Amino acid sequence: MSGADAPHSRVIPGSPDEPGGVALIGSEAISLFQTARELYSIFVRTLYYTFRGRREPGVVAEQMYEIGNRSLFFLTVVMGFFGTILVYQAGLQNKRVLPDLTMLGATYLELLIRDLAASIGALMLATRVGAGIAAEIGSMVVTEQIDALRMSAADPIDYLIKPRFVASIVMTTALIIWSATVAFTAGMITAYVFFDVAPRTFANVQLVDIGDLSIGLAKCVAYGAAIPIVSGHSGLAAHGGSEGVGWATTRAVVNTSLAVIMLNLLISTAGLMIFGG
Amino acid sequence: MTAATKKGPPPSRKFAGDPSGLHGMGVAFFDIAETAGGMGILFGRILTRILTLRLDGAELKRNLYKMGFKSMPIVIITALFTGAIMVIQAAPLVQRFGAYGLLGWGAGFGTLREVAPLLTALMINGRVGANNTAELGTMVVTEQIDALRVLAIDPISFLIAPRFLAIIITLFLSTIFADALALLGAAYSGYGLLGVEPGVFYNGLTSGLLGIGDVMSGLVKSVVFGVVMALASCQYGLAVKGGAPGVGRAVNATVVASAAGIFVLDYFVSFTV
Repeated sequence: MSGADAPHSRVIPGSPDEPGGVALIGSEAISLFQTARELYSIFVRTLYYTFRGRREPGVVAEQMYEIGNRSLFFLTVVMGFFGTILVYQAGLQNKRVLPDLTMLGATYLELLIRDLAASIGALMLATRVGAGIAAEIGSMVVTEQIDALRMSAADPIDYLIKPRFVASIVMTTALIIWSATVAFTAGMITAYVFFDVAPRTFANVQLVDIGDLSIGLAKCVAYGAAIPIVSGHSGLAAHGGSEGVGWATTRAVVNTSLAVIMLNLLISTAGLMIFGG
Repeated sequence: MTAATKKGPPPSRKFAGDPSGLHGMGVAFFDIAETAGGMGILFGRILTRILTLRLDGAELKRNLYKMGFKSMPIVIITALFTGAIMVIQAAPLVQRFGAYGLLGWGAGFGTLREVAPLLTALMINGRVGANNTAELGTMVVTEQIDALRVLAIDPISFLIAPRFLAIIITLFLSTIFADALALLGAAYSGYGLLGVEPGVFYNGLTSGLLGIGDVMSGLVKSVVFGVVMALASCQYGLAVKGGAPGVGRAVNATVVASAAGIFVLDYFVSFTV
């Protein structure tokens, strides 16, 4: 009765359906390696087409609208709630250790710029934008529109991934800056209402230095680049009708979120090494 | 290549046909009201099935395996990385004050109360919630649900209630698992990056600043997130209209709605617990 049990983990041709034990580890490793290679190839080709391919500002603008404007409301709601929760929790904890809350805002702002705005915002975008891209490209794959593109000697990477790539880098950066603003404002209001911290005290930028800003911006750009590449790859790998599109969407959300978390760890570690906190 | 460029841009989703302004707001409001109402009714129906124990055990087990066990790799990776990220974020504060003993508390508090439940829920949402919608949606558009009704099998107790329960149990257990793993990741990345011994980390964790209340708060959250995610994915799956493209749209809508719901409820749970 279960309608879509079949093809979600890629099975190597010639092997029994569900490999177990060592074979399972091996097949997972091989498929991981293949995925990494495909991702690399898509990324390199996207970069190539970004600089050498066709110029089509209209399509990029359309994708910017799709990725950016359409996510604005969602992101605003999420980051507003998130900022409120965070400051509330941090304030409670801070009071357990030392009752002085004057540095709450400064610490919060530093954390927001260095990590949280970019990472939480990008996770949300990975969900919304990633699922959208994978569903759109995936349904083009299963209705053979991608094959039609290839037959017309048009690389689907150039036609489909590149505009999303360019649009996503620009719009992710813009949206994350906006979501940092929203989260900070929400936090400022929370601190004023619950802990009587004056907004003037809360809006304290003395802890934010060039290191925090550059780590934050590096994250924006990295996430913006990763989201369309990873979810586009999942979309292009779709197979097997409408169910395949469902699986592709699922995989896109999971893989894009994982990519965001991994990039976060990578950039944070690099930032800690370079700027030393 | 020149022939291709003359064909113009590839077909893409139109955005001109959407209702705009006040009309758009009204349409959106009715959509939300319809979904929320549908979720409420579905919740009531599922609860009566669960309370009277009318649900399919085999289907529950199958779903627990598919949703819970198969999500383990994602949960493990997410949790270990999250723990490491928490330590890196706490590092400048700890270094500034030289309070290495507080690292365990700083990373542990955020992890247990907020980050582990939230990130686990978001990852499981992407994997399980979206999957569930795709599966139920496919069943709806291929009329398998109607076939069940024809056979006098209650689709809610056979399909929906087991999935609902399986998602909640999966999320609850994954969160416990993620808590432990994130703290492990945090302890060892603290050792690697800051030279804080894991023993010192655990002292900071257990020295009395953190209690069972912090862990419970995270676990309550995970149950609430599970309910939202399960309801949203089942409701969107069952409400699929318009054939195969409808399934894709429903999957997309589920993931977004659950993610927003998770954050909104996180807010309310944070203030009540």
